[in-house]
Formats: sequence, structure tokens, C-alpha cells
Amino acid sequence: MNALFAENLVGPSISWLGISPLLVLLGGVCVLLLLGSIAPRWPKGSYCVFTVVVSLATAVAAMLQWHDVTKNGPKMLIADAVALDHFALLATITIAVSIALVSLITDDYLRREDYDGPEVYALYLTAAIGGVVMASSNDLIVLFLGLETLSLSLYLLAASHRKRAESQEAGLKYFVLGGFSSAFFLYGIALTYGSTGSTNLSKIASALSGDSPFSQIDAMLLVGIGLMLVGLAFKVSAVPFHVWTPDVYEGAPSPVTAFMASAGKIASFAALLRVLVVAFPTRIDDWRPAIWVLAVLTLLAGSILAVVQTNVKRMLAFSSISHAGFLLVGVEAAGHVGDKDALAAVLTYLLLYAVLVIGSFAVVTVVAGKGDSQTTLDDFRGLGKRRPAMALALTVFLLAQAGMPATSGFIAKFGVIKAAAEVQSYSIAIIAMLAAVIAAFLYLRIMVSVWLADSTDDTKLAIPTGAGIAITLAAIFTIVVGVYPGWLLDATRMVSHLATIAVQAVDPASQTPAG
Amino acid sequence: MHEHISFPILSAIVFLPIIGALLVTLLSDRRPEWVKLCAILFSVGTGALSLWVLASFKSSSADFQFVSQHDWIKAWGISWHLGVDGISLFLVALTGVLFPLVILGIDPHHDQKRYFAWLLLLEAGVMGSFLSLDLVLFFLFFEIVLVPMYFLIGGWGYDNRVYAATKFFLFTMFGSAFMLVGIVATAALARHDVGYLTFDLVTLAEHASFATNTGRWLFFSFAIAFAVKVPLFPFHTWLPDAHTQAPTGGSVILAGVMLKLGTYGFLRFGLYLFPEAAVWARPLFLTLATIGIVYGAIAATMQTDLKRLVAYSSVAHLGFIVLGIFAMTSQAITGGVAQMINHGVSTGALFLLVGMIYERRHTREIAQLRGIQKVAPIFAAAFTVVMLSSIGVPGLNGFVGEFLVLIGSFQTARWWTIIATTGVILAALYLLWAYQRVFHGEPDEDNSTFAELKLREGMVLMVFIGIIGFTGLYPKPMLDRIEPSVDKLIEHVVSHSEFMPPAEMELEK
Repeated sequence: MNALFAENLVGPSISWLGISPLLVLLGGVCVLLLLGSIAPRWPKGSYCVFTVVVSLATAVAAMLQWHDVTKNGPKMLIADAVALDHFALLATITIAVSIALVSLITDDYLRREDYDGPEVYALYLTAAIGGVVMASSNDLIVLFLGLETLSLSLYLLAASHRKRAESQEAGLKYFVLGGFSSAFFLYGIALTYGSTGSTNLSKIASALSGDSPFSQIDAMLLVGIGLMLVGLAFKVSAVPFHVWTPDVYEGAPSPVTAFMASAGKIASFAALLRVLVVAFPTRIDDWRPAIWVLAVLTLLAGSILAVVQTNVKRMLAFSSISHAGFLLVGVEAAGHVGDKDALAAVLTYLLLYAVLVIGSFAVVTVVAGKGDSQTTLDDFRGLGKRRPAMALALTVFLLAQAGMPATSGFIAKFGVIKAAAEVQSYSIAIIAMLAAVIAAFLYLRIMVSVWLADSTDDTKLAIPTGAGIAITLAAIFTIVVGVYPGWLLDATRMVSHLATIAVQAVDPASQTPAG
Repeated sequence: MHEHISFPILSAIVFLPIIGALLVTLLSDRRPEWVKLCAILFSVGTGALSLWVLASFKSSSADFQFVSQHDWIKAWGISWHLGVDGISLFLVALTGVLFPLVILGIDPHHDQKRYFAWLLLLEAGVMGSFLSLDLVLFFLFFEIVLVPMYFLIGGWGYDNRVYAATKFFLFTMFGSAFMLVGIVATAALARHDVGYLTFDLVTLAEHASFATNTGRWLFFSFAIAFAVKVPLFPFHTWLPDAHTQAPTGGSVILAGVMLKLGTYGFLRFGLYLFPEAAVWARPLFLTLATIGIVYGAIAATMQTDLKRLVAYSSVAHLGFIVLGIFAMTSQAITGGVAQMINHGVSTGALFLLVGMIYERRHTREIAQLRGIQKVAPIFAAAFTVVMLSSIGVPGLNGFVGEFLVLIGSFQTARWWTIIATTGVILAALYLLWAYQRVFHGEPDEDNSTFAELKLREGMVLMVFIGIIGFTGLYPKPMLDRIEPSVDKLIEHVVSHSEFMPPAEMELEK
């Protein structure tokens, strides 16, 4: 660090263009909060429209740099603390798209539940800032800042339905447990710093590489890695750190649950990959077995526990745990020498799953009705008769989550299984596929309620415009990607390619500050 | 191999039913006759195309014909590769014929729009499975057929339909779980030999060579999926439930073509991709097949439900096909392929007839049926012909396949064949006994009003009986088209393993 500041004590130079997605988000938050509190209530739906515009602008800002990164290679920004590569950009785009879709669901929800206002949207954007920082951080402290920004926003969001006791309970539970996990993570950072002398991921990696004196110190470093894993495993809701997930997912307002399951997961997995792959490439033999165990536990527990649930939100919570297991299979594959596919596979999975889960929760939001409480399997009975188009969309989402071919879910699963098979992790791939079969039972149960059970309630459900748009877009995306995934895979393939170079480019970067 | 015609007829066969399904979904519920007309038109159109393929198929060629190949997912080496050879030709034709018959001949009773849409989607899936020459493409269709079938059983089946549909879905998906990993691993490991990542069946089969143990593992990952689908003995428990609870149309399709996805898969992907492993695993599969034959027959004898009886008879019949495949002689495999078609026709027709009995009497319990021959002689006659074909009486189609299987298997799998032959006798026992109980005797009060065959039902049955009679009396055109491809497959197996075909066969040639 000293070498870095020796010549210039003013502070690191900042590439404003490079962090433009973050700036757009930050600007959006400020405008929402300031104008939202000063100006009288905005016209109906304009908070939502504003958030959608901001998030799309974020996505555009990220896309604008895509080409630049393709041409000039990945860069390090702000004193090597933030990485600008395809991985970070794609994660940013995915998070931005998630907010846009979630905002569409939220619009009518807030009016239905009678607490319309700018706060929830502002929190979405703040959480997104945290998520983007996590996905692009190259420094443990910066990563922790992002993590806390995301988490605090999520705690508030979970408790945002002030009139519902379950929502309050969810917020509190999440806050207490999340605080614990953050503490674990922070202690892990401290120990890692202690054993490597840096919090910068690239520098940690070079400190641990062959000839460095740090590469010999083991116990403290391993505890540090372990504690950081605990913290991140909590965030991605890996078993056995998953206990908060069903309660929080069930209690939180449905659109917020969609947000946690999409944007929250993307950010956490991106951070997990960054830490493990960038900082500890020399220690893959240490962390890979841990990920293996986490993945298997998560896959099996997530799928098996889902089977006995009767509340759809809870079912989807357990299914999200099971999906986290699938993603961990990809992370495990990233821990093999010679792996090329895993990063792209995990990120693609996250992107596709985000759309699926938002679509599913959009339907749940509509069915849940006023009070956000009609979410049991019985409440879904006869949906096929009452709202055939929406029921069909839900079926598409569920089949995709089960990994049926011709949907995006298959492409996601195939990518991860392929990444695992390429590095010959066959056993975990088979366990993952078998867990998918168990999880399929859960989706079938929802479909049985929707299509094959008789309705107890024949009233027509009103589908609000925003949710309708979100469901339609998500369903079309699911099918289109399932049938014609080439374009998406070509884009995500860049991720793995250049992210690997970003990892290898660590060594020179630590000697000459970039920027 | 590219034909002089440029029209991608196989792609059309896959896409036509999908378009039909979409159209049916979009049509208004208020005009049910249009919905039905649309479903009929698209299924008949697909059927006509498949018959056209049958007619213009070059019978002497063993290669894939009407090939259509395009990149699909280039990043992963997955291509849209369709083709038909002697092994898949008749399965495609059978699929093309069965679906219009089911749509024409059987009423769904409620929600006919969704019913037809699912049926057409199912047709596309089945066709795609039989035509695919790319592993992932095959997996896609193989797996996708579960969805329409699940909804057909669950939506239009009988009392215990949801349980049966779920069991069917999960069992089959369990098998596919292994196959998907196997498919990916096959392509990943073959990359070294082939030079690039590809899932193309022909490329992999011709260029990839796996270490002995690896090949065996991979073979088993495929074999589990197919064994569940067939179903082979220990994996068969989903079948009686699915068959019994499925609506008649679903049962006809399930027995007629969907079970063949398993046996076809063994031939196309098991033997062709992993010849060494398949030869190595012969004793296991011959044993399971033989157990299936005897067990299925005994279980069928003891059923009190007519539909369940037919379902168990399928387990036995499919056992013969697997026996033929793993006997690996030209006659046995040719017989196995022929038996796939014949079983599809005769068991399909049996399910149709049992469905008609249920329509009239609202029961399938054998004990409650009696003396139907007296009140409905034409119906009884049709049942007799179909039943005799299922038993394998000479002169009808069932005999051709079963006889070839037995005679071919006797050369390489003698003891298994001897035990399997008892299955033929048992088949006569359970079917004739069932016939006696249902059709003979004096009809009691409930059965005395049993309605005679209606014109529409008769027309549909005539098609089945026509095929039964024609194939039974003159199987040559069929066998001539099957045999070259089978011989080529055996040649491939022999050149890639230590398996030696029996000497007698060589002399015969």
C-alpha cells in the first residue's frame, strides 16, 4: 500500500466512465429520495417508471463499456479496488434488469397494500449499488462495503410492509442473522489480511503464490477463508446457513422476495466467485472440498425440504436454496485447474434464474391478493381456469426451474453440468441432477394445484399492468433463450474468457498501479 | 446422403405439430368444431408427411436419409441434426399414423382444446426423439415429451391420475438425470478424439474411443434412462399406474410409441455409441429382459383390471424387444425393431378397445364384465383379432417380430431365450383367459345393454386391423427396410468390440 501512495498522497485517480453504472444508480437514488420527499406525491406509477428508467440507464452504461473491455481488456479502477471486466459488467446488467422487472411488479403491489411511495424504489436502487460493488470489487474492504449496503437495504425492504407482522418479523430475523454473518465475514477479512498483508484480492493472490513468504502461513489463512466462506454462504443461502431463507422469503413482501432471490443472489455469488477465484487460485485444493460439501448439502436439503411445504412462497424459497446448490456446483467447477466454463456458466445461470424467479414471484404477487397472504397451495387451485394465460406463464417458469428442455432453465442447468463434467466432477453433477428430480416434484405440486385441482374461488383475478408486462417479458425470455440460446451464450462466453485474463493479469497489476 | 429434394421434410414433421398446437391454443373455445378440425388437419398432415418419407425411403440403403443439419447452439457444438434410417423409419410412420387415429377416434370429454394442444405437442416431441441425431437434441425431445404426457394423464385420466402422472414424470426424469450427465461427459471426453466439442451422434460414434471403464460408465448413464422408459424389470413400477390412470388416448400413445423411446434409445445410443460396453453388459440386460418377460406375464395373469392386464402385458412384450436387441444378431434386432412396431399397433389397439369397454360400462373390472360376445359380436371379433396379434399367432403381425427375436436370440443367448419362450405361452394364457371371462358366458343385466361398435370406432379399428393383417401376412417390405440398418449397426458393434456374431448367420448370407 505504501508504494502506491508514495508519490501521490492526494488519493487514487478515478475513472468516472468506468464507474458510470454506479453513478447512474446513485443519481437515481438521490433524485428519488430528494424529490420524493420534497415534491408532493408523484402521479400514479411514476416512481416505478423512474426506477425502470434508472435501471435501464445503468444497464446501458454497463453495455457501453462492454465493447471497450472487449477491445482493451479488463481494467482496475480506483487504486485496484474495483475491477472492470466482462464479469462485473454482465453482473451489473443482470442486476439492473432485475430491478427493472421487480419495479414493475412492485408498482401495483404498493398501491394495493396502501403504502405507495419512493422509499421502496430508493432501497432497490441502493441495494443495487451494493450488489454492483460486490460483483466488481477487487478488495475485501470494498466488497464488505458493498455487502453491507446491499444487506442493510434488504433488511429494510423485508420489513417494509409496516402493517404486516410477518414482514416485520422477516426483517428482524434477517437483520439479526445477517449481522452475525457479516461479523463472520469481517473477521475472515481480518485474518486473511493478517496472513497475507493485504485486503486487495490481486495482492492476496500474489502473496500466496509460490515464492512469497506468506505462502507458508496456513492456519490463520485457512480460518480466514473459512470465515469468509461462512459469511458468503449465508448470503447465497447455502445449507447449513440457510435457515433464514424460508422465513424471510415467506414474510417479506412478495416483490421484495423476488428482488432478494434475483439481485441479491447475483451479487452474493459474484462476490463469492471473485473472492475464491481471484484471491485464492493457489488454494483451490483447500476451498474446493468445502464448496463441494456445501453444494451437496444445499442441493439435497433444498430439494428435500421443499417437498413437504404447503406455502408457495416457502416452496420457492426452498427451490431457491436448491438452485443455490446448482450454482455452487458451478463454483466448485471453478475450483479446478484448467476450468474455462464455470464463470460463464454460473453467471448465465444467475441471469436466467433471476428472470425465472421474478416471473414466478410476479405471479405469486398477483395471486396473493390484498394483504399479501393468499400464498398457500390451495390459493393457487384452479388458477388455470381463472387466468389461463398467467397460469401458462407460471407453468413455463416452473418447468424452466425444473430444467425442462426448450426453456432457459435447461440452458442454465446444462451450462453448469457441462462445466462440472469438463473438469470431471461427475459425482456432484449427478447429485445435482438427482436433486433437480426431487425439486421437480415441488414444481409439479404447484402445477397440480394450478391446472388439475378444482377452483374454490371463481372470481376473475385482475392482473395489474406492471406485473402483466413483467410476467410476459419473463415468459417470452424464458422460451426464447430456451429455444435459441446462441446469442446469449456468445455474450456470456466472453465473460469466462476475459475474467480469466483478469485473474491472471493480477501479478503485473500489483506492481504498477493501474488507472 | 443429401436427397435431390431440398424440402426439409423431417424438420417439417417436427414443426408441423408444434404449429398445430400453437394454433389450437389460440383458437377460441367457443368453436369446438374448429379446434378439433385444426387438430385433425395438423396431425393428418404430419402423418401424411411421415408416410411420404416411408414411401420414398430407399430400402436398400443403411445410411441416414432425408438428413437435415444446421448449427443450433454453436457455442456448445449442438446441432439440429435430423435423419431417418431403417431403425427409426417405421417408428416415425407409426407415430404419424397413431396420432390422427387417437385424435379422430377418442373424445377427451372436457377441455378438448387443451387436450389437443398437448397431444400435438407430444407428437412433436416423439417425432423429434425418433429423428434426432444429436445427443442434446435427442435429450431435449426425450425429456420434453414428459410435459404433455404429464398433463394428459393428470388432466384427463381416471381417479388416481395425479399420483400416476407424478410418478411417471419423476421416474422418467430420474433416468434422464443420469443421461444428461452422461451426454455431457461423452462429448467432453470425446473432444480429445474428435478435436472439437460436438454432440453429433454420428461423429461421436465413428470417431470417439473411450477407455473401457469410462465407456461402461457412460453406457450405464444412458442405459438407466432407457431402462426406465422401456421399462425394464426393476424400473417398471410406474408403467401399470400410468397406463391404468391415463385416458385412453394417452394409453394408446404411451404404449404405442412412447415406450419405444427406450428400446430405440438402446439401439441408437447404447449400442451405437458404446458397443464395447453394450456387449459387456449383455448378460445383465438379457437377464433383466427375461425376468421382465416372465414377470410381466405372470403379473398380467393375476390382474383383475383389464387395463392393468394390458399394461403388464406391455412389460412382457417390451422384454422381448430388449432380449432381441441384446442378443445382437441380425434377426434378433430386426425382429426387435419389428416388434416395436407390432407391439405399438396391437397394444395400442387393445388399449383403444379397453377404453371403449370403459366408455360403455364405466368399469374395467374383469369380474363385472361378462358375455359381451353375445350382445356385441363385431366388437368381440375385433377384440379377438387384436388379442391374437398380441399373443403372437402366426399370420398376424405379432408373430413376425416375436418369432424373429426368438430365433435370432437362440443363437447367441440360448438359455435366456428358452426361458423367454415361456412368455409366449403365458401370453396366450392371460389374454385368452381374460377374453373368456369378459366375452363368453351369458351377459348379466348390466352387460346386456353393451352397445355394438359404432361406425367411427370401427373405422379407426379397421386401420389397426389392416396393419395387423398386412404385416402379419407380408412382412417383407418392412423387414427389407429395417435389415440394412440393423446389419450396419451390428457391423459397427463387431468392429468395435470382441463380440462375434454366430457362424450360422454368416453362412446364411
